[in-house]
Amino acid sequence: MAVSLSHVSYSTTFTSSASKTTVSGPSLSPHSIKVPTFSPLTVKPLNSSFTPHGARAITIAPHATSTPSSIPSDTSTTTFHGLCYVVGDNIDTDQIIPAEYLTLVPSNPDEYEKLGSYALIGLPSSYATRFIEPNETKTKYSIVIGGANFGCGSSREHAPVALGAAGAKAVVAESYARIFFRNSVATGEVYPLESEVRICEECRTGDVVTIELGESRLINHTTGKEYKLKPIGDAGPVIEAGGIFAYARKTGMIPSQSK
Amino acid sequence: MASSVGFAHPTSSLIINKKDKSLSVVPSTSQLSIYKCKKPISNNISMAMATRQSERKPATTGSMKSPMTMTEKIFAKGAEKAEVKAGDNVWVNVDVFMTNDISGPGSIGIFRKEFGENAKVWDREKVVVIPDHYIFTSDERANRNVDILREFSLDQNIKYFYDITDLSNFKANPDYKGVCHIALAQEGHCRPGEILLGTDSHTCTAGAFGQFATGIGNTEAGFVLGTGALLLKVPQTLRFVMDGEMPDYLLAKDLILQASEISVAGATYKSMEFVGTTIESLNMEERMTLCNMVIEAGGKNGVVAADSTTFKYLEDKASVPYEPVYSDALASFHSEFRFDISKSEPLVAKPHSPDNRALARECKDIKIDRVYIGSCTGGKTQDFLAAAKLFLASVWVDIYTLIVPGSSGKTCSQIFEEAGCDTPASPSCAACMGGPKDTYARMNEAQASSLSPYHHG
Repeated sequence: MAVSLSHVSYSTTFTSSASKTTVSGPSLSPHSIKVPTFSPLTVKPLNSSFTPHGARAITIAPHATSTPSSIPSDTSTTTFHGLCYVVGDNIDTDQIIPAEYLTLVPSNPDEYEKLGSYALIGLPSSYATRFIEPNETKTKYSIVIGGANFGCGSSREHAPVALGAAGAKAVVAESYARIFFRNSVATGEVYPLESEVRICEECRTGDVVTIELGESRLINHTTGKEYKLKPIGDAGPVIEAGGIFAYARKTGMIPSQSK
Repeated sequence: MASSVGFAHPTSSLIINKKDKSLSVVPSTSQLSIYKCKKPISNNISMAMATRQSERKPATTGSMKSPMTMTEKIFAKGAEKAEVKAGDNVWVNVDVFMTNDISGPGSIGIFRKEFGENAKVWDREKVVVIPDHYIFTSDERANRNVDILREFSLDQNIKYFYDITDLSNFKANPDYKGVCHIALAQEGHCRPGEILLGTDSHTCTAGAFGQFATGIGNTEAGFVLGTGALLLKVPQTLRFVMDGEMPDYLLAKDLILQASEISVAGATYKSMEFVGTTIESLNMEERMTLCNMVIEAGGKNGVVAADSTTFKYLEDKASVPYEPVYSDALASFHSEFRFDISKSEPLVAKPHSPDNRALARECKDIKIDRVYIGSCTGGKTQDFLAAAKLFLASVWVDIYTLIVPGSSGKTCSQIFEEAGCDTPASPSCAACMGGPKDTYARMNEAQASSLSPYHHG
């Protein structure tokens, strides 16, 4: 995902041993996965061929304040600020990206962009304000707020990809369908954050919100209310790296491609 | 799977019927050990999996281990550990990976991007490629996606690629097997005790064979293609006990809609295990329907214990030895739901959510615009039989060719046509999902139709 932190060179500075150990199971060393290097390695990191979303009406600013040193993850300083788009319960993958658009292959950069332009196009017409306005390819809403069971339905990875390609940074929902959550983490496209209360009933589309990942907090500047989020935990560093492959390379689980 | 583990007891236990699954099943070695050959698998990528210190197979280590659910045992086997418990995150070996035409190209793209253009899949005999979703269409991107699968499968020498080239007549394609979840079973890729991952949420269908099967996205699929392994969390198990004789007006779809009283998120992150006398009486197709819809309750997987019905079905299909596992009686279940199926009534899932349930009789005055029989949930022979029964008292079908007894020489297909249905169309997924504009059933007039799940060559 195009969080500002994720576009640093993957092969260089990541040294967080805390994050490294958290990805594995309780009794498993990450070193037990050995994936050989293939040559010639002409490929690029997962997201590098995607151009940053230029048309965004949002800003992503790393938090400038000092953070407690007890939090090892880089996500402690990640902040999202922008407009929110509010949906209800059980938003399924057909509403996020209708099946007729699944012929688009997300790993193809052009089709990635096109997928983004259809994000949430399957929402019923009762959603008078659309996630992406007519003739636009990007959304002006960087944060999607939903209810329970967000992303249920199919296993299509196109769903988190469409949201990310449209310019969304995070989804904040009461709960997630399992595969959507996994796909969000695996691709690093959006942060699937969980709220402790049903904030979808207290926020309105167009409200200005800030998410502070390190504090696990969402602030609605329009209403002046603050909400506690459930910590993203071990998934945070994976999303921040840009998905499981980028993370696995950063942490040495699989060899870096640049060597 | 641990191809290095050889077993010394080539018994005929493939047809063991673990009759009393409600009792603790801690099989002795001689009971359940399956002949496991050292398969000459072409390991293009050498994988060092998980911990290697344990050469023991979890299912045969006697009574020292903690009680486990079936799903936990499958995970333990896949992780080559003596035991795992719900909540553990473990790296598991994948026994079969399946992909199709809508997620395959993206998965392949990620595989090539991450492992290199010349990389080889971890095991060409464990990758199953089934074009099925958007086949019968002139949509150029959809056609291209099938071409990508073909090019990849040929390049990788994928052993199980069910190709289709003649879109005008699916029967002219000897390799085309139709809807992937049904094809997986019919071609012998679903086997007890194994781990099957697929790029489709209804991959859980295969749990009917007493295996762990679930859907994954493109990125994880790309990882699996390269490594044959994935990090998964062991799910808690919800136990659905369905007892009683099933009335003949019920189908497995009614059972799973009954179970869906837990709502569309009631099983999120969890396994749904189906047990009881009703379940034991179901044939494999019906068990597949049951497990197919666990995803509609948010479930990670569904399982039905393998028994004589399973072994019989697999007799002429499975070409690889397998080893069934069973839940221990003392295993820890998250919760248990009990149903007396003999008292159940037919259920309907109304638009637009599977848990928007009603009794069929409550819907008797609702005008139906279109009837569609097909795809992975409702497109098995059993389903066509049930539909044909509504038109004719007694039928037995190969829907295209076999003469239906008592029908004055008609096939099931003809019965459907005479009843005003469309001619059964080419088997595919698009009608259920909503595919490209010209795919089957994207019409707005009221119509009855049926799609074949497969064809007889």
